[in-house]
Amino acid sequence: MYNRNNLKGWLYLLPALAFVVVFMVYPLIDVFIYSFEESYNFASQTYTGIGLYNYSYILHDPYFLQAVKNTFILVIITVPLSTGIALLISLALNSIKKLKDLFQTVFFLPYVTNTLAVGLVFMILFKKTAYSEGLINLLLNSIGISSIDFIEGPYWAKMFVLCFYTVWVVLPFKILILTSALASVNKDYYNVARIDGTSKLRIFTRITLPMISPSLFYLIITGFIGAFKAYSDVVALFGTDLNAAGMNTIVGYVYDMLYGNSGGYPSFASAAALVLFAIVLTITVINLLVSRKNVHYQ
Amino acid sequence: MKIVLEHLTKQFISRHNSSEIVTAVDDFNFEIPDGKLVGLLGPSGCGKSTTLNLICGLEVPTEGKIYFGDLDVTDLPPENRGVGMVFQNYALYPHLTVRQNIMFPLENLKGEQKLSKEVMNEKVLEAARLVQIDTLMERKPSELSGGQQQRVAIARALVKTPGVLLLDEPLSNLDARLRLQTREQIRRIQKETGITTIFVTHDQEEAMSISDLIIVMKEGMMQQMGKPQEVYNHPANLFVAKFLGTPAINVFEGKILNHKVYIGEDMILDTDAEDQEIYIGIRPEGFIPDKNGSFRCRFDRIETTGRDTSIVCHNDSCISDSDIRVIVDSDDEINNDNGIIRFNLKANKTHLFSKKDEKVI
Repeated sequence: MYNRNNLKGWLYLLPALAFVVVFMVYPLIDVFIYSFEESYNFASQTYTGIGLYNYSYILHDPYFLQAVKNTFILVIITVPLSTGIALLISLALNSIKKLKDLFQTVFFLPYVTNTLAVGLVFMILFKKTAYSEGLINLLLNSIGISSIDFIEGPYWAKMFVLCFYTVWVVLPFKILILTSALASVNKDYYNVARIDGTSKLRIFTRITLPMISPSLFYLIITGFIGAFKAYSDVVALFGTDLNAAGMNTIVGYVYDMLYGNSGGYPSFASAAALVLFAIVLTITVINLLVSRKNVHYQ
Repeated sequence: MKIVLEHLTKQFISRHNSSEIVTAVDDFNFEIPDGKLVGLLGPSGCGKSTTLNLICGLEVPTEGKIYFGDLDVTDLPPENRGVGMVFQNYALYPHLTVRQNIMFPLENLKGEQKLSKEVMNEKVLEAARLVQIDTLMERKPSELSGGQQQRVAIARALVKTPGVLLLDEPLSNLDARLRLQTREQIRRIQKETGITTIFVTHDQEEAMSISDLIIVMKEGMMQQMGKPQEVYNHPANLFVAKFLGTPAINVFEGKILNHKVYIGEDMILDTDAEDQEIYIGIRPEGFIPDKNGSFRCRFDRIETTGRDTSIVCHNDSCISDSDIRVIVDSDDEINNDNGIIRFNLKANKTHLFSKKDEKVI
């Protein structure tokens, strides 16, 4: 009986499993194999040998190293910053009564806006053209700072725009998650704490934070993964020739190796993808280890 | 510490209709003597919890004053009132151990009041011993039974030795057996500490069994205050009479004519009161089966539950929600004459209420 039920279970799972195997598992294995095949030729489907050359090549490729650097800077700046800002805004939203719905809607709007449309808005804000300096530069000028070319100018200016953009794009979702997490904390905890004379700061650190820690942890993990996979945002801001702009990311590098002007190298692309995989895996494992102590599931 | 409420009133703006004002607590005046255990009793939504929240300071009264001893605490924030409160759901911090939960209020103390680690540990252990959970100190709340959680919550409320202890529906989340045990515990803890304690409940049996005093509330208004047995024996109005006692009091329509009380055609008692239409409440234990009795009912059945034998019968004047229930001694002779059963009534178990305002006559 047990076996028959088991068989039935697998039968129900079969359609989903088939899709996962064909579109996830097989390509994953394939990428793994590609990454070790040296001088693989896409057209003739031949290769000269098996080894670590592909890894060695990309790890010595300045474009790849630049992409890794860009990605890490992006992750390290935007994940804590966006989570922190989202937490502050959520706390503020949670403590007001009037206009709460209005503000919630305003904060959520970017989430339902098309990436490229948002990119365009950022162009208007930041881009210097023949006709306009860009809104931000007008502001800077008005307080006596000379114009900066944010899109084609110095590295830090471009990185600033990218981080600003990324934080702004990911905020709505984080605010949404955190406001609902905060709203679901039982008010009695706060009442007890008030009667016991707990300071605001202590209520926040000892009650609010532990209570919302599962949501916070979820946001940090997905935030890390999302930021490591950054690509479309960068294209929206700086165009497709990211290597020339010095603003490539790891995913951008993978794409370029496959389809870009320097493309046609699936082995290099696979090796880069696996390096990214290793990085994300490491970070996630570290996150999980840290969370064991600090995240409280009920 | 003695607690005095003077003209205490709390009004809310209705959630559905902002022009409508709901009065949750209406002109409360009472004084709770020092060191008593007081049960605040009433049906759901009668303003019991609001009263408790006003006393602890979580709600601000619309009108009136609250005194702890001689000190006016009406405008004091909750943390400065020196109260301990236990919520209905206990509100134990789920991520902290029992020890950390009990210690939490002590760690809030600042400045001169700040305690050393040793003193804190000692106080925590003392409170834990008082409620008999000192063997479970390192557990998380989720690893405790309902009764144990309840006791941790009490320990946390007591650890700062408050002047007043407030319990909101302390037993409603426990099963019947545990409820009995825990209410004895509450009684014992209150006696040992001597802290003036107010607890809210909708269960009259619970309130009657452990309180020194009970306060019966209905729709924001205080109906009666007194010792449990006193309130039971001398209800001030029909509501109080109906609310206290299981099985519930039997209520009849009747009248007074020439200083005699009638239910239907049957003259049941003499009285000094004026002629008028009345309600008559008769406790289940107020009937004496007697084949020459003056009060007639239609016999239905006899039910025996444990040591109680009850007669279930009917009468056209009865306006209780359920059938008439009479508790008798098991060796009482039950006269059943063609389906008619006759009783004499005990005067002290029979209460007369004016039909106009339902107050006792």
